[in-house]
Amino acid sequence: MKRVYVNEEWCLGCHLCEYHCAFANSGEKDMARALRNIKINPKIKIEQSGSISFAVSCRHCKEPLCVKGCITGALSKKDGIITIDKNKCISCYTCILCCPYGAISPSDDGAIQKCELCIKNSEGTPQCVKGCPNGAIVFEERGGEI
Amino acid sequence: MAVDYIYPDYEIIRDYDKCITCRVCERQCANEAHEYLPQENKMVCDNAKCVNCHRCVSLCPTRALKIVKSDHTFKENANWSGKSIKEVYKQAGSGGVLLSSMGNPENYPVYFDKILLNASQVTNPSIDPLREPMETRVFLGSKPTKIERDDKGRIIDNLSPNITLSMPIMFSAMSYGSISYNAHESLARAAQELGILYNTGEGGLHEDFYQYGKNTIVQVASGRFGVHKDYLNSGAAIEIKMGQGAKPGIGGHLPGTKIVGDVSKTRMIPEGFDAISPAPHHDIYSIEDLRQLVFSLKEATNYTKPVIVKIAAVHNVSAIASGIARSGADIIAIDGFRGGTGAAPTRIRDNVGIPIELALASVDKRLRDEGIRDNVSIVVGGSIRSSADIVKAVALGADCVYIGTSALLALGCHLCRSCQTGKCNWGIATQREDLVKRLNPNIGYKRLVNLLTAWQHEIKEMMGGMGINSIESLKGNRLMLRGVGLTEKELEILGIKYAGE
Repeated sequence: MKRVYVNEEWCLGCHLCEYHCAFANSGEKDMARALRNIKINPKIKIEQSGSISFAVSCRHCKEPLCVKGCITGALSKKDGIITIDKNKCISCYTCILCCPYGAISPSDDGAIQKCELCIKNSEGTPQCVKGCPNGAIVFEERGGEI
Repeated sequence: MAVDYIYPDYEIIRDYDKCITCRVCERQCANEAHEYLPQENKMVCDNAKCVNCHRCVSLCPTRALKIVKSDHTFKENANWSGKSIKEVYKQAGSGGVLLSSMGNPENYPVYFDKILLNASQVTNPSIDPLREPMETRVFLGSKPTKIERDDKGRIIDNLSPNITLSMPIMFSAMSYGSISYNAHESLARAAQELGILYNTGEGGLHEDFYQYGKNTIVQVASGRFGVHKDYLNSGAAIEIKMGQGAKPGIGGHLPGTKIVGDVSKTRMIPEGFDAISPAPHHDIYSIEDLRQLVFSLKEATNYTKPVIVKIAAVHNVSAIASGIARSGADIIAIDGFRGGTGAAPTRIRDNVGIPIELALASVDKRLRDEGIRDNVSIVVGGSIRSSADIVKAVALGADCVYIGTSALLALGCHLCRSCQTGKCNWGIATQREDLVKRLNPNIGYKRLVNLLTAWQHEIKEMMGGMGINSIESLKGNRLMLRGVGLTEKELEILGIKYAGE
């Protein structure tokens, strides 16, 4: 199962992954049109302290606490990817409290949002990986499930 | 200073219709040219801080930025250019020597651009390198002048140590200190993958890189920084640096601010101290003295490694090369006046030395005339910009070329010529950890491998076009060259005919 991994050693804290994430999920064709004059709410976020930084997004855990905790069945895991059914989400935010990585956040439309490896948008492959200038985020097979 | 005489050279142009205020420009500029105004949610910039390195331009996700040359002008004339005026203002303000980086940018002739290559038509067949074998491998070092046999007629191995390269290209000397750890790692790994050599420069060899020893030239220069027995024995060849094309006749100076941590350990000097390489080697005032160092180094490495002597291309280069060829050295490296540097006094960089094409042609001729060409191999550097330059250099008589600037460009360098500030935004000419990190060697080494693989393909194509299937047959084959826009004298020195002849 290919997953998004983060090489903290090469993360520059440039935040470009956040913008590529927001753009990929905006449905717009042009990044400037999609993101100008708005405050983005990406599904991948840079955590930074001093000179250390890295990008955090959903790990698609082997035993996902968010899925277990979801009271409406909005979160489910299929083919190794945890996805959200926004029609079922009632914004109780239990998953946000459960996630040990802080990878789930409220979305702008009420429901929660999380990284779905860009399978639901037109790109099809993780855009944070494609947009990282220094190979700090990779999408690769490392064997086994987390 | 109350009056600022100098208007910024470059202007940062931002297309506000495209700017999404992601602030990547601000985060990535070590010169702090960009600033975010939170109240207005707007990016602004200070042109005076811009060095035109394109880091922000390349990383801007919406292509909202570009850098243009300022059209602000002094009242220039044909004699007093804006540049000359500005330099006077600068020195009147600072009282200091002007410093510059990278190679001589002035408007001197580039002879490679005035030389054209031949191709086969009708009377001799060209060769398709995709269908037929094509040899780009070269051997550097002294060649035996005759075959010796023992009393039973068997050939006696009288070869002196040679270096084998998969193509006639090596990475030229750039020290750890002047460039970053990650830049060195990229060069070392690329050299290993390509089957060529890179050069430590005068900064010693970081202990992590001893594993690339088979692909390393270890340099011994006038400061002798980082030189010890294991260092000498770790490489495939040893280079004595007598001079550098960008600054012939003067030494080097790595500021104390760059002598930190591992750089200080590798150079074997205290942290924070300026590393000053003297202009001459204080033990070499003659060819005889050079011979002593050549043999000291051979003795230290048990005569297993070829010794290179690197000189800058200067007026009497052929006579000097003749002396070096007799000194016991196996390889002569000549660095032309366009050769790069991390820092050099501007006046030296821009006014001293001669073009590599002329130096190469005259050295090759002189050594052949004296019958000592086989004593040494010739390596040339000083602005080899493409595979075509390499083919022309080989046809003029070089065994191999050194590339420095081209390699740095492959790693992301944008020739902003601000290496001396130590704030390289591309993670190359800096020791600042947050900046060094920007050059990921996993990406960097692949770009170097890509570049040279592409060049090797092109060299084969050009050789094939000339009907030559081995780089050895191209070496010194000046009949494959013709000049355009050159004088009789220039043609005579280059040893080539005019186009149409």
